[in-house]
Amino acid sequence: MLAYTARRIVYVVPIVISVALVCFLLVHITPGDPLVAVLPADASQELAAQLRAAYGFDRPLPVQFGLWLLRALHGDLGNSIATGRPVLAEVMRAVGNTVTLAIAAAIIGFTMGILLGLIAGYFRETWIDKVATSFAIAGVSVPHYWLGMLLVIIFSVQLNWLPAVGAGPSGSNSWAWDWAHLKYLVLPAITTSVIPMGIVTRTVRALTGDILSQDFVEALRAKGLRETGVFRHVIKNAAPTALAVMGLQLGYMLGGSILIETVFSWPGSGFLLNSAIFQRDLPLLQGTILILALFFVFLNLLVDIAQAAIDPRIKRG
Amino acid sequence: MSELPLSATADAALQAAPATKARGYWATVGRRIMRDKVSMACALVLLLIFLSAILAPWLGLEDPYKGSMIRRLRHIGTVGYPLGTDELGRDMLARLIYGGRLSLVIGILPVILAFCIGTSLGIVAGYVGGKLNTAIMRTVDVFYAFPSVLLAIAISGALGAGILNSIVALTIVFVPQITRVAESVTTGVRNMDFVEAARASGAGAFTIMRVHILGNVLGAIFVYATSLISVSMILAAGLSFLGLGTKPPEPEWGLMLNTLRTAIYVNPWVAALPGAMIFAVSICFNLLSDGLRSAMDIRN
Repeated sequence: MLAYTARRIVYVVPIVISVALVCFLLVHITPGDPLVAVLPADASQELAAQLRAAYGFDRPLPVQFGLWLLRALHGDLGNSIATGRPVLAEVMRAVGNTVTLAIAAAIIGFTMGILLGLIAGYFRETWIDKVATSFAIAGVSVPHYWLGMLLVIIFSVQLNWLPAVGAGPSGSNSWAWDWAHLKYLVLPAITTSVIPMGIVTRTVRALTGDILSQDFVEALRAKGLRETGVFRHVIKNAAPTALAVMGLQLGYMLGGSILIETVFSWPGSGFLLNSAIFQRDLPLLQGTILILALFFVFLNLLVDIAQAAIDPRIKRG
Repeated sequence: MSELPLSATADAALQAAPATKARGYWATVGRRIMRDKVSMACALVLLLIFLSAILAPWLGLEDPYKGSMIRRLRHIGTVGYPLGTDELGRDMLARLIYGGRLSLVIGILPVILAFCIGTSLGIVAGYVGGKLNTAIMRTVDVFYAFPSVLLAIAISGALGAGILNSIVALTIVFVPQITRVAESVTTGVRNMDFVEAARASGAGAFTIMRVHILGNVLGAIFVYATSLISVSMILAAGLSFLGLGTKPPEPEWGLMLNTLRTAIYVNPWVAALPGAMIFAVSICFNLLSDGLRSAMDIRN
């Protein structure tokens, strides 16, 4: 197990460096001068050159990348052009809200997905299976930003039960786990949960069906095990794969929250990314993407290790 | 036929056999999918949406660009405006139908482009193997380190708003995924006897890939690619929804959804219509792709 873990961690190093390279290069594929957002329109040539030197844009690209990576390793991702504050602090503050949203959505989506998947897989080819599968397909096909709008229309505009936008009552600056804040979380969390719900349902359904059709299940039943006992075996056998899929989905929710956060004005990393794009705040754009991608990479690493820990077949392979 | 003795039927069957050519794989798949009601219903819906988008100028619709301040945000069912009007008083029916033109192109084109690029890369990586395989597949791994929504938004955010940029961004998102599938099916085929035989009979690498590999892997890659169209439609419209795709006043479902967002307090159901179009196309492609997958799985 230790050897496997060590090997997986070593594999991650080149990935992290390449991810950093992609994030670094993103700024350099942007058309126009990256200084455009800070420079006044009537800036003199000297001022432009001065700023270019201050940001290090006058050096050759590999040198710039090396310096940028070195500073990033020390937690310095530069300062936001729009606000002048350090990028890392800005991103970490926003990531907290995204994590809150992703965890709430994961609880809803994974619970629903596992339940629907088990039921559909157990009652395969019956109407129960068809209903559960339809839910799953609708979940993965719906444009989630549109679903968010529909929920706002129904629960905020028509029924006036839940707030439409924001992450807490006005005047509140930080998240708290009380109803005043939680009611802001309900709609974005449900919206975020539909895709993982659909994918987990499909995965668990397929796994359940496959496991139930194996010979050992027949043997378990023949030796007189009750269906609840059979189910325990199904869950044990399905767990490693289901866990891996759920881990990946959690990563997608953390990294892909921009559309939902925009619909609900949820002050998370996606919302930050959106404003970075439209203010052409390149250091902020670069930093947010880097941190979200790193989250994703490390989550994948954790999932791999956890999967190997509960499924002894993987380490050997 | 039933009156004939058994031997005669068998004889007749034997005589008929050489005349009817054995049905090919794709003909069987086609026949199987034709019998699947859900797939056919989806194909019909998609056909209607495609045809109406292509034929939009000849359908006698209102001008999708012409607005009017006095008839803004009419409700669904208003006389003359069956699906109401948008925030600038433009006919929603016309805008939804015309919107299909751009929305379908920016949603489907990236998958087609990625299919071509990814299949080529994957087959070359899988067949040639060695260092080239490592180089291609490790590059692909890097893109897998980004959640696809984040990657699409990062690239199109960096490139700036525009239809072309969003197509490029989505193509870059899908190429690695298709490459991975293509590489894995090619690796499964490359050591089979018929490839070996072709190599022994002196066929060059390019010929083997084009003739012997491509025909055997294309089906699997194609099905995988069709399953990506749904995601691509949602992401493409999503980029426009964020303001990274096309620009107003162009009719496009994602952008329409964005500009109508402020109208949800006045006329919510009209505001939700463009999203329903995206949903319809996306779910139909998903179901059709599922149908195709099970139709191609002849063993079951």
